[in-house]
Amino acid sequence: MMDLNLDAPHSMGTTIIGVTYNGGVVLGADSRTSTGMYVANRASDKTTQLTDNVYVCRSGSAADSQVVSDYVRYFLHQHTIQLGQPATVKVSANLIRMLAYNNKNMLQTGLIVGGWDKYEGGKIYGIPLGGTVVEQPFAIGGSGSSYLYGFFDQAWKENMTKEEAEQLVVKAVSLAIARDGASGGVVRTVIINSEGVTRNFYPGDKLQLWHEELEPQNSLLDILNAAGPEPMAI
Amino acid sequence: MDLLKVNWGRRKHSLFYYLFLASKQLFPLDLYLFSPNPFRFDQPSSSSRLFDFGRMSQAGVDVPAKGGFSFDLCKRNDMLIQKGLKAPSFLKTGTTIVGLIFKDGVILGADTRATEGPIVADKNCEKIHYMAPNIYCCGAGTAADTEAVTGIFLSNIDMVSSQLRLHRYQTGRDSRVITALTLLKKHLFSYQGHVSAALVLGGVDITGPHLHTIYPHGSTDTLPFATMGSGSLAAMSVFEAKYKEGLTRDEGIKLVAEAICSGIFNDLGSGSNVDICVITKGHKEYLRNYMEPNPRTYVSSKGYSFTKKTEVLRTKITPLMERVEITEVGEAMEE
Repeated sequence: MMDLNLDAPHSMGTTIIGVTYNGGVVLGADSRTSTGMYVANRASDKTTQLTDNVYVCRSGSAADSQVVSDYVRYFLHQHTIQLGQPATVKVSANLIRMLAYNNKNMLQTGLIVGGWDKYEGGKIYGIPLGGTVVEQPFAIGGSGSSYLYGFFDQAWKENMTKEEAEQLVVKAVSLAIARDGASGGVVRTVIINSEGVTRNFYPGDKLQLWHEELEPQNSLLDILNAAGPEPMAI
Repeated sequence: MDLLKVNWGRRKHSLFYYLFLASKQLFPLDLYLFSPNPFRFDQPSSSSRLFDFGRMSQAGVDVPAKGGFSFDLCKRNDMLIQKGLKAPSFLKTGTTIVGLIFKDGVILGADTRATEGPIVADKNCEKIHYMAPNIYCCGAGTAADTEAVTGIFLSNIDMVSSQLRLHRYQTGRDSRVITALTLLKKHLFSYQGHVSAALVLGGVDITGPHLHTIYPHGSTDTLPFATMGSGSLAAMSVFEAKYKEGLTRDEGIKLVAEAICSGIFNDLGSGSNVDICVITKGHKEYLRNYMEPNPRTYVSSKGYSFTKKTEVLRTKITPLMERVEITEVGEAMEE
């Protein structure tokens, strides 16, 4: 009997992506949260709002990433009130980095901060384990990201349009879902630009099928009652 | 100075003192009180602080070493277990707990078996705990932990149900589910998973019906239907097959009962009866032992009787509480 280990801490296996385009950023994530081998939440939302114009993608331990983003949201709220104008993406990333670095022994979470502000435009900052902060034109994270390094080297280009960037993100997350057991569910994207924030949702069974993937079956009864495969004609 | 004095009956508090009290309830993090500027963090003087906000600058106030959980005994326990000592088993609720959102609100369900290792310690325990008149919480995991974290512990003001009540008094409003969620989440995270309480929190507040799951490490999920405990897989299979949005009250209760029964009959850690709690706007119904699918089948009709009768030699009754007479003496108290 497979040991499901339901007492394991909640972790998000995850694939998270952040991509800049000409005019803003697109963030994307899958939606699987696992406890050991059991999927605790198949429709979780890993893209969390920090301010009106800054979002963060969470990966790693669910509890740690939720607490970090809650604290940073609180700090940014106060900062916005004191500053009198929206917080910049750089400040948000820096606050997350402060918490991640100073508590590096206790936390196990990798984050991607993305947003738009009027000074720098669309920016993506990656904050992996350990608490380093790196400003990048695109960032990938989570267990599913291992399968995407080569894909992004080939597919990413500068100055994409909004539609191109979102299609790239959806394609990348669905490729990672196909190969990574700890990623799955639906694809959620967040587009942030000068006009505001748009959230999109792509259900799992509507994603493109890749090499050797089968059509999703809604019921085992359909499989049993379906006709068998046709014999090959020689 | 008089402008700042708020007259609360016979006790005069300054407005700042009231804000101090209110903020102490909402932000147990003492950092907030000692450093009004959130970007100037205190120098931590003890390494046992769970969260370190950095050594940016002195705030001018030397904060003494705060409490926080000391993990020394946990390390000692691990060392003893490695050496071969068998840890004493504690009362666990093997459990199947579920919650779902229906058309008018939230329905929570739970089984009623509490186990101590392989033995059933309590055949009819209550796993659906009261948090607020409009919020209930099912608990799985160590029974003591779920009782303590949700309950009204008179000696320890830290417990969430009492914190919520104080918050209601201070704000004058009904509690919101998200408040209970944040308090529970903070508490469980600060104990880093050692408080083994997995909770399904549900309620209806001014913003609508809400259902959340909280894991022992402090992570939360917001879902339309949820299951937790050892029987969660059995119950989730029922929900995944039959749940749809906009269920009526009867359909919802039937589905919850079916999910709990699935846990009761297919999971060894769950059993006995089904408890259900239906919460709607302004109204709640706690259906204790809604279903009893495991009655005792063979019960002797004669009942129990002892063979040798005990003789009563003497009867003496001593009242433990004296009757107290109160007489009004002196003048009435002045404002």
